[in-house]
Amino acid sequence: MAKFDLNDDSVVCIVGSGAGGGTLGNELAQRGIKVVILEAGARTEIQDFVNNEWESFTQLAWTDMRTTSGSWAVARNFPNLPAWIVKSVGGSTVHWAGASLRFEAHEFKTRTTYGDIPGANLLDWPITLAELEPYYARAESKMGVTRTNGIPGLPGNNNFKVMQAGATRVGYKEVHTGRMAINSEPRDGRGSCQQIGFCFQGCKSGAKWSTLYTEIPKGEATGNLEVRPGSMVARIEHDDSGKVTGVVYIDDKGVTQRQKARVVAVAGNSIESPRLLLNSASAKFPDGLANSSGQVGRNYMRHMTGNVYGIFDRPVHMYRGTTMAGIIRDEARNDPKRGFVGGYEMETISLGVPFMAAFVNPGAWGRSFTSVMDDYANMAGMWLIGEDMARETNRITLDPHVKDANGLPVASVHFDDHENDIAMRNHAIQQGSAIYEAVGATRTIPTPPYPSTHNMGTNRMSERPRDGVVNKFGQTHDIRNLFVSDGSQFTSGAACNPTLTIVSLAIRQAEHMAGMMQRREI
Amino acid sequence: MPAAALATAGLGISAQAAWAQSAKALAPHTLATLVLMSRDIFPHDHFPQKLYIIAALPWDEKAGSDAAFKALLEGGVARLDSDARDGGFGSYLATEWESDRVRLLQGIEQTPFFKKCRGDLVVSLYNQPAVWAKLGYEGSSAEHGGYIHRGFDDIDWLSSV
Repeated sequence: MAKFDLNDDSVVCIVGSGAGGGTLGNELAQRGIKVVILEAGARTEIQDFVNNEWESFTQLAWTDMRTTSGSWAVARNFPNLPAWIVKSVGGSTVHWAGASLRFEAHEFKTRTTYGDIPGANLLDWPITLAELEPYYARAESKMGVTRTNGIPGLPGNNNFKVMQAGATRVGYKEVHTGRMAINSEPRDGRGSCQQIGFCFQGCKSGAKWSTLYTEIPKGEATGNLEVRPGSMVARIEHDDSGKVTGVVYIDDKGVTQRQKARVVAVAGNSIESPRLLLNSASAKFPDGLANSSGQVGRNYMRHMTGNVYGIFDRPVHMYRGTTMAGIIRDEARNDPKRGFVGGYEMETISLGVPFMAAFVNPGAWGRSFTSVMDDYANMAGMWLIGEDMARETNRITLDPHVKDANGLPVASVHFDDHENDIAMRNHAIQQGSAIYEAVGATRTIPTPPYPSTHNMGTNRMSERPRDGVVNKFGQTHDIRNLFVSDGSQFTSGAACNPTLTIVSLAIRQAEHMAGMMQRREI
Repeated sequence: MPAAALATAGLGISAQAAWAQSAKALAPHTLATLVLMSRDIFPHDHFPQKLYIIAALPWDEKAGSDAAFKALLEGGVARLDSDARDGGFGSYLATEWESDRVRLLQGIEQTPFFKKCRGDLVVSLYNQPAVWAKLGYEGSSAEHGGYIHRGFDDIDWLSSV
């Protein structure tokens, strides 16, 4: 396994090992480029994962202090946990559900399609669906996405069957077990789904794609990739010309180190990535790196989310098998006649008893609450996920008071729901309830958004440097050898789960970056 | 509710609440009150007392090493008892009807004491495997080979709806 010197200034240094960083690292390593990935979390392998929600949360979740503000329910219910993401090698690909959907063409052109929405800061992407399609195809092949490349869909579990039966009665047409990066048959050296459940706690069978046991070991096998777990990057440094020269990080022994680099790629998820750029402010860049537009940290998107659980008079056992076991796509279209722009997906979800108690109605107590828990075995559940509006005021800033263990300001997350988000959530909850009622639900329970699992937009792509942070390849407008490689590049969030698009962009970025390096442009 | 019944009968915390006497840091009356309060916060009539005691015992443990926390609990229970007396009951434990006790809890719902107790309980009660079994949740499954041969798709009533 490769081990690179701290003073080796020929390496590409990637911050983060998730969908963006882990994929980029392997793609570059396969091209013979030397890569150091600095990962803040520990290396937790498949055998270490536990089928226990709280224990797993302690093992994997990013629980470093963060603060929140704004009108969103998360700020009230989980003031110091704005996001449920992972701090471990593999990043949030360890706990993601596996849903792998392509954006629709219009979702790359939100400003053109939706118009000038008051209170929003919409912008078209500098790339189109047609440009990304070849990379979507490569990502689907790499990840083994079901219903692509001749890979069959997963079998439907009880939770899916309830949703499917209700959806059919309501008249929905596009209902299936999803496009999932979960093996329905053995592929790429990994086995098929054993319907364990606990997809959010790390897949014990390895059937679900994660950079932890696909991209990262493949990259390491080339001898060109070194992953350093327990390495929290504090700041990115630059020279007098403004070119970045490397990063300063605190290693797993608490010692401050400096890794030199030819290129730095930031892939720490949409809260940490802008935090790092802002914490890297210098005399030359007093507002933070790559922030001449003032857009670093802004346009934070987290998807319109919510849930509906249905209670029936007979057992469902929704927790058995794949957590996100199926999808209804009929509402994903853009149809402003519904009272909002953009669309949403309905995807099955289940929580175990410990998390159901914590999340179904945070802060609730008494018999209204416990009567829900008493019917846990008879419950089916769905997650509602739709496009939310980019807003300049929804943003990540540095908390002026709170510092982390290394003395660095923590990220503060401000979010206000846009009217469009609220109208869409109300519509989605009504439709979700109707689906369960159509198959005899005796009670439906709308639950508020959980801490964000999809975090997007805080270093967005733009054609013009004044509108965003990075160009169509994720290269920052301001600094040639500084890139952003995660979902913070997203100009809009679309109705679907972001990971497939993050991976596709990383494959495309690697190709472009390798070309630029070869041509000595960086 | 044995403790409440005993208290009403003038017997106080006696033999049937022997577990409360084993409180290490808290007064037995405080621990007994916290357990009844725990059931009133998350009432499941088919849960035996033991599950609420298990959920409450970590508070006694923590109170042993954290004086401020101990004061929070003792003070919170004292306030509940005082509110109960103001309402014409002898104490929280002696308030017989759940609906009356719920009203007392609603009166302190916004206090740090109540918020701390509810927030801890939602984990310490619902994270018990014995509670999972009561609610029909089967817990860890990987070591059993998942549900691929154990009923992940065994629902049989949908066609009859």
